[in-house]
Amino acid sequence: MEFAELIKTPRADNVVLHRPFYLAVEGTLCLTGHHLIFSSRRQDNAEELWLLHSNIDSIEKRFVGSLGTIIIKCKDLRIIQLDIPGMEECLNIASSIETLSTLDSVTLMYPFFYRPMFEIVEDGWRSFLPDQEFELLSSVTDEWRLSCINKEFSVCPSYPPVVVVPKSIDDEALRKVAMFRHGSRFPVLSYYHKKNGMVMMRSSQPLTGTNGRRCKEDEKLINATLRPGKRGYIIDTRSLNVAQQARAKGGGFEQEAHYPQWRRIHKCIERFNILQESLIKLVEACNDQSHNMDRWLSKLEASNWLTHIKEILTAACLAAQCIDREGASVLVHGTEGTDSTLQVTSLAQIILDPRCRTIRGFESLVVREWLQAGHPFQQRCAQSAYSNSKQKWEAPVFLLFLDCVWQILRQFPCSFEFNEQFLIMLFEHAYASQFGTFLGNNENERSKLKLPQKTMSLWSWVNRSEELSKFQNPLFEANSLVIWPSVAPQSLQLWEGVFLRWNRPSKFLDEAHEEMINIIKYNKELQAKVNALRRQLAEMETDDRMQENL
Amino acid sequence: VENVRLLDRLSSRKAALGTLYLTATHVIFVENVSETRKETWVLHSQISSIEKQATTATGCPLLIRCKNFQVIQLVIPQERDCHDVYISLIRLARPVKYEELYCFSFNPKLDKEEREQGWKLVDLNEEYNRMGIPNNYWQISDINRDYGVCDSYPTELYVPKSATAHIIVGSSKFRSRRRFPALSYYCKDNNASICRSSQPLSGFSARCLEDEQMLQAIRKANPGSDFIYVVDTRPKLNAMANRAAGKGYENEDNYSNIKFQFIGIENIHVMRNSLQKMLEVCELKSPSMSDFLWGLENSGWLKHIKAIMDAGIFIAKAVAEEGVSVLVHCSDGWDRTAQVCSVASLLLDPYYRTMKGFMVLVEKDWVSFGHKFNHRYGNLDGDPKEISPVMDQFIECVWQLMEQFPCAFEFNERFLIHIQHHIYSCQFGNFLCNSQKERRELKIQERTYSLWAHLWKNHANYLNPLYRSDHGQTQGTLRPQMAPCNFLYKFWSGMYNRFEKGLHPRQSVTDYLMAVKEETQQLEEELEVLGERLANLQKSQLNDNKVKSKQQDRSKQLGLSTSDNSLANTPQEYSNDLKSFPSRSPSQGDEEDSALILTQDNLKSSDPDLSANSDQESGVEDLSCRSPSGGGCLPSEDSGKDSDEAVYLAV
Repeated sequence: MEFAELIKTPRADNVVLHRPFYLAVEGTLCLTGHHLIFSSRRQDNAEELWLLHSNIDSIEKRFVGSLGTIIIKCKDLRIIQLDIPGMEECLNIASSIETLSTLDSVTLMYPFFYRPMFEIVEDGWRSFLPDQEFELLSSVTDEWRLSCINKEFSVCPSYPPVVVVPKSIDDEALRKVAMFRHGSRFPVLSYYHKKNGMVMMRSSQPLTGTNGRRCKEDEKLINATLRPGKRGYIIDTRSLNVAQQARAKGGGFEQEAHYPQWRRIHKCIERFNILQESLIKLVEACNDQSHNMDRWLSKLEASNWLTHIKEILTAACLAAQCIDREGASVLVHGTEGTDSTLQVTSLAQIILDPRCRTIRGFESLVVREWLQAGHPFQQRCAQSAYSNSKQKWEAPVFLLFLDCVWQILRQFPCSFEFNEQFLIMLFEHAYASQFGTFLGNNENERSKLKLPQKTMSLWSWVNRSEELSKFQNPLFEANSLVIWPSVAPQSLQLWEGVFLRWNRPSKFLDEAHEEMINIIKYNKELQAKVNALRRQLAEMETDDRMQENL
Repeated sequence: VENVRLLDRLSSRKAALGTLYLTATHVIFVENVSETRKETWVLHSQISSIEKQATTATGCPLLIRCKNFQVIQLVIPQERDCHDVYISLIRLARPVKYEELYCFSFNPKLDKEEREQGWKLVDLNEEYNRMGIPNNYWQISDINRDYGVCDSYPTELYVPKSATAHIIVGSSKFRSRRRFPALSYYCKDNNASICRSSQPLSGFSARCLEDEQMLQAIRKANPGSDFIYVVDTRPKLNAMANRAAGKGYENEDNYSNIKFQFIGIENIHVMRNSLQKMLEVCELKSPSMSDFLWGLENSGWLKHIKAIMDAGIFIAKAVAEEGVSVLVHCSDGWDRTAQVCSVASLLLDPYYRTMKGFMVLVEKDWVSFGHKFNHRYGNLDGDPKEISPVMDQFIECVWQLMEQFPCAFEFNERFLIHIQHHIYSCQFGNFLCNSQKERRELKIQERTYSLWAHLWKNHANYLNPLYRSDHGQTQGTLRPQMAPCNFLYKFWSGMYNRFEKGLHPRQSVTDYLMAVKEETQQLEEELEVLGERLANLQKSQLNDNKVKSKQQDRSKQLGLSTSDNSLANTPQEYSNDLKSFPSRSPSQGDEEDSALILTQDNLKSSDPDLSANSDQESGVEDLSCRSPSGGGCLPSEDSGKDSDEAVYLAV
């Protein structure tokens, strides 16, 4: 298929672009296979707007006489309006955009066409390989091994080829355990807490069914992570009720009788369409331009978004607390183990592990706990808050995770190497990107699509000093401690950087940020100067003394 | 009283055993734990209510709510003791005579001269001079010199030149409590002004020639504009109801060239109830997100804050953009009028956004114009229906603006919180009584100390590190977003949950930046010293060229640093200041102090010479005092297995 066939009107002049907080601009609109490009050649401020078609969530058209208006709502929550003279042009453009923004085939997506304009210093596809991660682990403990049991994705289609499992459990046993877990997602190591040797594992639900099936190998596997005489905690991200209902469909939860050394805790983290509805309601409330908005807080409340944030954070804090304070190992799972499970395990690591609060460490966390762990990005992030197509597998699971990270960042503004922009950037790229990183639903699909060969990795772009400097937190001071966030409602806030990004003036906040950077920069310069002077003085004084001695 | 338990609000399991002392001025609780002997001090004047609850097996609970939003829960073993404490506190918290208040016994060990200097720090005549007054249009009037015209106004007032004594007296007779229109703010650039008064006694049809002439005179004092706005800050319904009592609002037909405007800010009773409702939400034990947001919405508090802001924005716009003068009133012109005039002034004039300017603003629009501090904040035992958080709301408006314009204010959040504290503390004389007249009769300036001098002395502590006097945001009028950006108004947990440290961000950007700036200052000094030493050395080595270039380099550095010079403050001074934090006796490691000590830890952590781990301990401590045992939150580390069970069961 040629993109040209889909573009009947590739160019329209005298188009007027409207955005909140900007004056309307007149210019030329061009459509290409992957972009909508608006350029204005006004003398005083020539500007260009490039919008990926895949960033477009929904499009509406209106006509007044022969003047057509297209309202474009993007997955990054921005809304722009284009006034296009000429009914036919407008209709053509609208239908092209509609088709191009909803292409089915992954291989037609922009990452397969994108040619980087920057020098590749480090191939991001090879930046976070499991063996490197395992090396870090094996330097502190020898109780774990890398298993290649899933080499051909034959045991578990949503797992990566290599996983970390207890040394004492052989691949044969793993195969049996995989049969006993939903989607074959057997328990694997998620995090090793160096401070006390406790671990966090994750899996999917056990397939106990209504007649209480058990699997000795499964019990053996998770018991292998316990210290003698110690107990562990199983954090089930579903309510007890939901977990019990799952038994009717063959799923279930670990029975006390078969797992006597484990205490099960149920936490209720919502999934799928409940989260999607919540996002839609929240964005609706944030975009409400009616002047009678004194019900803002109740709309915020009705969206339940912050309730989800609170639930997820609470579960993650609990997991972290079991590990760090109770000195117990933890197993986390929900139903499939690809959504709420990953929210909990990754947030717990941010709380516990200072490395995850660095840029590199956070990238590695996203790779390990989201991409390799098989969070189905393509299903979850196909549409955002404005889409009319309500697919049941769409859900802002990753956005909720990023929001939770932002909440912790807000409470510990000096403990993270990255800033809010870094999180916003990840949100954008998860939904629409020129890079292949977030394409596909798991490693299996990614390898079939040959993404590492055919597309560029987001990390190749981010990890260059030009880009990194934008994402660095000037306040960062390495903090080697566990950081315990507050989950009280008073402590949780709406993430304005994402949800009010396009509807609030940010000039003054940006200026404040700049001022902050300047203060710290000036301080660093002075420090360098003082150190240089000190050195110079020391040298001269030694010279002096030497001369005197002579 | 011994063996009293002080309960942690978030966790009923955690309680400190100690001894309770009542002194003439404070309630003091001292923990038994021998190493720390942590003390909690509460001023009697801060106590807003005391509640004796039903006796339980463990003792008799006593709940003390404070006006600075602290809530203290005590359990006293003996019913009889509890009753005695209760009775004493009720009496002590409600003094009947001014002389009983803390400021008459508070002695910061300053001599007479220092005290007088302190009171001279804020001079309103100087302030009107700064605005460019007196000038061709405005003059000072001594018509109220013996409080003969209006006893709640100050002796010195600024009025239009064309307003004769006859007009003023006539107008005053037509205004509630004789509060005639007087100047609050004058904009040099375009002659537009903000005047304030009380409502006219217009009833259904009454009019007053002198009052009409008075408004005419205000209009004439701004030759660039052919009308003035008259802003009635009440809801229209309230203003109309006042007409039945012979009061009301200006009839546009009777006054030439006025544009009349209602801006509905609710009255003190609505505001009192609103705060009450919001505080109930703040006090909830482990509320859900929904409980909290619903409660906040239902309290209406943020809606009221927005109404005040909107009124201020309207006036600032009229003055700055349209160049039109505004007369503001409500009923008596001492609550909503004070709020609105001061918000408008703050938006209009960058001076009021400096520390000194803010003191002047409070002194001008609140203290001198007879805001009834004693009645509103219940300093002396009085009618509970007179109490209302009028000034609290103004302070919150300032905070909301600081959130929207982070570089525009010279002072930080702590400055606002400490001012709020002292409105209630009665430790300084500034906010005593209901009017200037009463303060003069009590000889406040001779018998008490000024808060402004105290704050000024520690002003390094209250600086906003992001403020720079030459920054774009600092200049000119602030233009906040109007409706529909309601989401710009946020809940201020730093104020209303200020004693629950666990709820606040664990690391403060402000404190961090203050520490960095302080370090920068030290580096600059060191650079200078090093430069000099280097120069001397070089001179001794007869290396003239190098000396010159070094000196140039150094002077460049100093040039850069001039804006930071006011920051010169050593860590020693900082901790001295900690100790003199006024609400409590010196050297007590109570909550407030430890909060400040915590920030000091943060300061240290930025010092490369010290271990970066110093805030680690506090982080951990915080956790243990925060961790509630109820559902929804984390179980506390030392709560043992039982409490864990409770958590998991609750889930």
